[in-house]
Amino acid sequence: MTVTVLYFAWLRERIGLPRETLETNAATVADLIAELRTREDRYALAFSDLAAVRVALDQELSEFDAPLAGVREVAFFPPMTGG
Amino acid sequence: MAVRVQAQPFDYGAECAAFANAATGAGAVVTFCGIVRDNDGSLLGMDIEHYPGMTERALADIEEQACARWSLSDALIVHRHGPLAPGEMIMMVATASRHRAGAFAAAEFLMDYLKSRAPFWKKERTAKGTSWVAARDADEEALKRW
Repeated sequence: MTVTVLYFAWLRERIGLPRETLETNAATVADLIAELRTREDRYALAFSDLAAVRVALDQELSEFDAPLAGVREVAFFPPMTGG
Repeated sequence: MAVRVQAQPFDYGAECAAFANAATGAGAVVTFCGIVRDNDGSLLGMDIEHYPGMTERALADIEEQACARWSLSDALIVHRHGPLAPGEMIMMVATASRHRAGAFAAAEFLMDYLKSRAPFWKKERTAKGTSWVAARDADEEALKRW
């Protein structure tokens, strides 16, 4: 399936791009992260500490074990600092 | 109810006055604004990144929850993004209800939730370089009281 993956804040900086479109067979967010980590060092570095990473699926906060079936937009970012 | 996410500054006084004037039937209006704080005189500015689309949805959702829980007659959230200088206003919330307790509680709820559930990220600029502001455990902890 095709998903758009978005990166924000230091994840965007470490990976070096704000968004990309990927073909993946990952069943869950965790599977997608595992795939990304193997691509290049910059991905491995960005996803080295998952305690510092949050995920949103189609613009709703989600969890790493959430399924990706039917999801079109996956966003990775650090804990939010609004206000 | 309204949510505005914008790069340009807002006129806090004018926003508060317009909100209060429109709050017919309410007995209480509470307003709050957050300002770019320079802790030790070294801050050159702050850059606020956000997730267009999700930001508006998350803020509208938080606002709806507050309106339902405290029977607010109106609520407003304005949040800026992009480059800001020390002393500039980052964001504001306003709540209107029949009595002050609900308006105060709802304003605190909105602030607690948008600190750690609205997709904004702050980056500070100093003469030594830039650094992302880390989320505080206390902000996450603050959500538990609701």
